[in-house]
Amino acid sequence: MAEMDTSGGGHKKGPGVKKSKKQSTKVDLTPMVDLGFLLITFFIFTTTMSEATAMNLNLPKDTDKPEDQNKAKESGALTVLLGGNDVIYYYEGILAADGSNFKTTTQKEVRNVILNKKRSTNPSDFVVVIKPDSSSTYKNTVDILDEMTIDDVKRYALVDISAVEGQLIKATSGIQ
Amino acid sequence: MPRVKVPRKSTSVDMTAMCDVAFLLLSFFILTTKFKPTEALEVVTPNSVASKVAPGSDLVLITIDNNGKVFYSLSEDAPKREVIENVNEQRNLGLTDAEITAFTKAQFVGVPFSKLKGFLKLNAEQQLLQKEGIPVTDSANNELTVWMNASYKAFQGQKLNLLLKGDNNSKYPSFKGVIAAFKKNDLMKFQMVTNPQNVPVGSELYKRNVAENRSKAGI
Repeated sequence: MAEMDTSGGGHKKGPGVKKSKKQSTKVDLTPMVDLGFLLITFFIFTTTMSEATAMNLNLPKDTDKPEDQNKAKESGALTVLLGGNDVIYYYEGILAADGSNFKTTTQKEVRNVILNKKRSTNPSDFVVVIKPDSSSTYKNTVDILDEMTIDDVKRYALVDISAVEGQLIKATSGIQ
Repeated sequence: MPRVKVPRKSTSVDMTAMCDVAFLLLSFFILTTKFKPTEALEVVTPNSVASKVAPGSDLVLITIDNNGKVFYSLSEDAPKREVIENVNEQRNLGLTDAEITAFTKAQFVGVPFSKLKGFLKLNAEQQLLQKEGIPVTDSANNELTVWMNASYKAFQGQKLNLLLKGDNNSKYPSFKGVIAAFKKNDLMKFQMVTNPQNVPVGSELYKRNVAENRSKAGI
């Protein structure tokens, strides 16, 4: 297939004409096949690699009437506050008036905090309240929502931060 | 006994056929590969363990860029004309037919309503430079609410895939404003575009996935 007829049409040459040597025109195609398959593998691997995924988020309906809101049991609540510079603050239950149970943690260690709280509370009371500060980034928020999926937290809420908490974050980050 | 002469055969195989197949496949892959369209808005999305692939049709895409500016765009198969006509009606923008057609061709909208008319008069390249963003952070004047309301009405009867694509570095208030706009229109379900990431080994979700896989395998 990959050769050509080079026999010269078969007409007889005279006695003085030198017979030219018949050379094969066969080319070794193995390297070409190698290259072809190498490129195919490359294309297969690069095409399926990056496909954006999507994370679902269902929002709760806002109710104006306070009796319609399902109140979280205070003992089972863990409030996570997202501050600037990827710092996370948290407190369990109600925030103490003197801010004594207001603690600082990082993105990596928050998993242990959540899991500890989860183990120590009744599953039906456990709820995580997420309050992003205005200096926190979108990434922080998505990361903490993702953390809820990773830690298998069934109930969590994204809530606006209160003024007291905002001031506490400011005061705490000022000291550090 | 006469010896049977085994004719010596060449061991070289004709590679042509294999070469043909290889290049045929190669050209097929090259031609079918869809290159990522160069995006006018560069957004670096966060990672998540979500494994669901983002939907690709009937989209309403809200983009938040790294400065916290909000942009609105629709996929090609979305009822663009209905959306802009609805917005036009709600805000009395007085858009002409030509401007409405311009909207259906625009890649995204990232200007307040006061500048929308001017924006639609620009050509495609100039439009890409208009990155003022739709105002969302002021709760009294959250213009995205109007956009979402118009989309909700235009999509009536068909599925609306609401997608939010935020940049890692955008600040929370823009995200909050976008959520507020969704909530006002009773669009309670939306999806956030993320990059896939592996589930951390040993975490609760990891254990659950392992258990699920085991029960599927019937062990």
